[in-house]
Amino acid sequence: MSTPAATVPDLLDYDEVLERFDPVLGLEVHVELNTLTKMFCGCPTEFGAPPNSQVCPICLGMPGSLPVVNGKAVESAIRIGLALGCDIAEWCRFARKNYFYPDMPKNFQISQYDEPIAISGEVELEVEGQTFKIGIERAHMEEDTGKSTHVGVTGRIHGAEYSIVDYNRAGIPLIEIVTKPIEGTGALAPQVARAYVAHLRDLMRALDVSDVRMEQGSLRCDANVSLRPLGETAYGLRTETKNVNSLRSVERAVRYEMCRQGALLAAGGKVMQETRHWHEDTGITTPGRSKEQAEDYRYFPEPDLVPVAPSRKWVEELGTTLPEPPAQHRKRLFEAWGFTEMEFRDVIGAGALLLVEATVAAGATPAAARKWWLGELARRAKETEVELDALSITPAQVAEIQALVDAGKINDKLAREVFDGVLAGEGSPEEVVAARGLAVVSDDSALGAAVDRAIEANPDVAEKIRGGKVAAAGALIGAVMKEMRGQADAGRVRELILERLGAE
Amino acid sequence: MTDLTKLTAAETARLIRDGEVSAVDVAQAHFDRIAKVDDRIHAFLHLDTEGALGAARRVDEKRAAGEELGPLAGVPLALKDVLAMKDVPTTCGSKILEGWRPPYDATVVQRLRDADLVILGKTNMDEFAMGSSTENSAYGPTRNPWDTDRIPGGSGGGSAASVAAYQAPLAIGTDTGGSIRQPAAVTGTVGVKPTYGGVSRYGLVAFSSSLDQVGPCARTVLDAALLHSVIAGHDPFDSTSIDQPVPPVVEAARAADVRGLRVGVVKELGGEGFQPGVEQRFNEAVALLTELGAEVVEVSCPHFVYGLPAYYLIAPSECSSNLARFDAMRYGLRVGDDGIRSAEEVMSLTREAGFGAEVKRRIMIGAYALSSGYYEAYYGQAQKVRTLITRDFARAFEQVDVLVSPTTPTTAFRIGERVDDPLAMYKADLCTIPSNLAGNASASFPCGLSPDDGLPVGLHVMAPVMADDRLYRVGAALEAASVQRWGHPLLEEAPEL
Amino acid sequence: MPAISRDEVAHLARLARIDLSDDELNHLAPQLDVILQSVAQVSEVAAQDIPPTSHPLPLTNVFRQDEIRPCLSAEEALAGAPIVDGAQAVEDERFRVPRILGEEA
Repeated sequence: MSTPAATVPDLLDYDEVLERFDPVLGLEVHVELNTLTKMFCGCPTEFGAPPNSQVCPICLGMPGSLPVVNGKAVESAIRIGLALGCDIAEWCRFARKNYFYPDMPKNFQISQYDEPIAISGEVELEVEGQTFKIGIERAHMEEDTGKSTHVGVTGRIHGAEYSIVDYNRAGIPLIEIVTKPIEGTGALAPQVARAYVAHLRDLMRALDVSDVRMEQGSLRCDANVSLRPLGETAYGLRTETKNVNSLRSVERAVRYEMCRQGALLAAGGKVMQETRHWHEDTGITTPGRSKEQAEDYRYFPEPDLVPVAPSRKWVEELGTTLPEPPAQHRKRLFEAWGFTEMEFRDVIGAGALLLVEATVAAGATPAAARKWWLGELARRAKETEVELDALSITPAQVAEIQALVDAGKINDKLAREVFDGVLAGEGSPEEVVAARGLAVVSDDSALGAAVDRAIEANPDVAEKIRGGKVAAAGALIGAVMKEMRGQADAGRVRELILERLGAE
Repeated sequence: MTDLTKLTAAETARLIRDGEVSAVDVAQAHFDRIAKVDDRIHAFLHLDTEGALGAARRVDEKRAAGEELGPLAGVPLALKDVLAMKDVPTTCGSKILEGWRPPYDATVVQRLRDADLVILGKTNMDEFAMGSSTENSAYGPTRNPWDTDRIPGGSGGGSAASVAAYQAPLAIGTDTGGSIRQPAAVTGTVGVKPTYGGVSRYGLVAFSSSLDQVGPCARTVLDAALLHSVIAGHDPFDSTSIDQPVPPVVEAARAADVRGLRVGVVKELGGEGFQPGVEQRFNEAVALLTELGAEVVEVSCPHFVYGLPAYYLIAPSECSSNLARFDAMRYGLRVGDDGIRSAEEVMSLTREAGFGAEVKRRIMIGAYALSSGYYEAYYGQAQKVRTLITRDFARAFEQVDVLVSPTTPTTAFRIGERVDDPLAMYKADLCTIPSNLAGNASASFPCGLSPDDGLPVGLHVMAPVMADDRLYRVGAALEAASVQRWGHPLLEEAPEL
Repeated sequence: MPAISRDEVAHLARLARIDLSDDELNHLAPQLDVILQSVAQVSEVAAQDIPPTSHPLPLTNVFRQDEIRPCLSAEEALAGAPIVDGAQAVEDERFRVPRILGEEA
């Protein structure tokens, strides 16, 4: 649905918002777990499968079917809870959240209510040199819903509209992580929100519990934003913005809501407590699903599932499987890579820390890994407006391309073409090199002939080199490379020239 | 030639095993009986003639091939229409599921198939198992074979009536507040509600998940035990299924021995509101157990009287959520989809048209009891009462091995008598409800005809969790002694249909 | 004092997505009132310190292995879709449902 122009609200200038108001944030992040099967049934969870091909009587909510908890999902929930510094409940239950919606097969969602599996954690973030402590209220387990697609008929004939529903996603395990109110961020509120979500993304990846691909919805953020007059302690009325599907959007959406609410409040108006929808394309929020007063979800303990009571021994064991804490992790990499502080901060800022780490692990030097991710690949991500990690190239492939360069099979210029090919889905770097015929000519006889021709065509340059002016070789190298259309190893060309002319 | 429909399940299976009759002939005899009497009884909603005869044929082939047959192989069975059976209509007695054919089998159905039982068809019931008379079926009431002007009990009236009317020697019922036991009592048959978690609920269309349990209906105690042992046992598809060996129910039914068994008569389940004829037959049954060597004492379970109100909060609460899925989007009825109305409107119109009055009543009671502001006073308090009732049982079972009471306060009432008086209807389950709340095993066994109206009376026996075998011990002893006293099984006194 | 008013019954009906007619409302409201007054007996029981029972058996930690099981085919999944105007409400391997209020495209 496009946004009707009439609903575009006034915005208060950001600086003015901060002169008069203090923002308070609350972030709810849904993480889709990367278990092989769904939360309560054995259907696969693969993204992008044909519609309604990963469903069974259980996740379709058919009469008579019953849920059974995926033990791996509980394990992931506990590990996430521990990594967020939470206490793990000794005993907790699932509850039914009752509301009608066509994408929810049972018309209740199996979730956790007053007994979540993890409570009271904390996360530390660094934003622009300042440290922020984000309190974690809870993390709980629940199931995802199906996906409905609105079908409108052009011409907007009233009534000629319906939806079609695919339940492949219904029942995929979710962990919902809820912060305590985040105060004291001031002007940095949007960046803190972004940094928090980025932190969770990195943490989930390090735990290997989720694909955390925001563009595929495996990490979703709902941003609660409210403003209160400076000096006030009571919270203002908040809005909950949904559909925030990238790190950049998190930052933009929070900033937008601050300006929108600021304008309302500054004009003496009131903020409506409501759900709003973020529009990536237009950069605004609009009112979402209307909520008749406060929805009454009629939660009660799920009678078809028995309580979860993780033994302390199990929790302890899972505690030993946690990755090192992010701060310690960064410190270790900083020391290992030998970057300057500035270089290292750029890597983090670009969201490339784990990508560079993985590329190094796959055999590239830290400098080479950084060069590609922050240069060539960052440029392409920006062009196509996706996150760096959403590019369809893996750290291992980047390392492979660098290895081809190091082996003299391609040069940097050709490497860029290999990136093109891999990103276009033409296969592995080796395959792209072969298919596109990108390998540098390493056949000395072919190269030798080109070198001979270059010497013949530039006798005066050749004479200088014979006379010991090795630096003059550049002109001959250029001529050879031109003839070879760039597909030659410049170092080898230089060697051949010097050899032929008896220099060195 | 013997009337194949009058045999017990155990006898039928033996004759088939010995090659004296074919399973196909047995199935056909029952279809003939159904064709003859079911227009007056209306026990069945759907017959699966083809599937049943196919299953019977496979049993005969197995026998011919010299394969070993199970203890109930080839025995016909009637299945309550609340259990999912692949590709066979499953309506739960509701219009909202008209035409729905599940793409899967309930675990119980799978076990019946694996044991080579022959499923004749699906039996009538109160809509979504809500009721005590089978009058709440969207497809018309089932009638009691003892008196076709009277109710056969409910919700499983179809299953009990089919067994009582010799349309099937065995049936499967489900019991949320008495839906197996109360129909058994008023039709003079045997009905057992196993321990909660003893039989898988996977594929049982839920009414109240924490109370529902699947169990056997039969004409004899041994038949019920044989069926019980086929359907019981752990199922990984039901999280509330107990992972323990099935109690030795068949052995107990064969032993039929109550010597030294301590029997407690529940003080609170009798007196005011109980039909004198019912109390008389109950007392005689207790006296008979004493004669047979049981030690009978009176036991008090002070919170049982709160079972009824607690039940009528818990069951509606769970049902309001369980029945939310019937929303016209993925299966079943859809009403009012004119291309203009919203999904929400179509849901509301469909549920209005597809649910009967009792279902609507309970959904709304449940929505109310779970609402914020009322939760603690209603649902929360009912769950606490549930704890107290469980404690009453625990204390009682420290003193005695089983508890007994009449199964129902009255014999079968007349069709239409209580239709518009929900509270009067609910009272039929007074004695049976505590066992659903506590999850323990219970059963109803015939104990004679009430002298005031000549209708069957049931003895209700309650045993601790996973002590289901004690029910069969008592039932079988009572059955043997009663049949000896009467000179024939009780059902032979029922009028010819 | 009735336990529940006609308006409250109407609200519950909306919450439960049942489009009750006026006649039904008139008939149901007093019935629900009688039932609720009767079940309110549970409040007579002193139970402050009594833990609630949500599950009749004290089972905990019933988990399934994270192993893939066969799914239904899309055809089987969609086979029971409601009939609208003589045809199944299915389109593009998906369930076709009436327009959803407040849904974003």
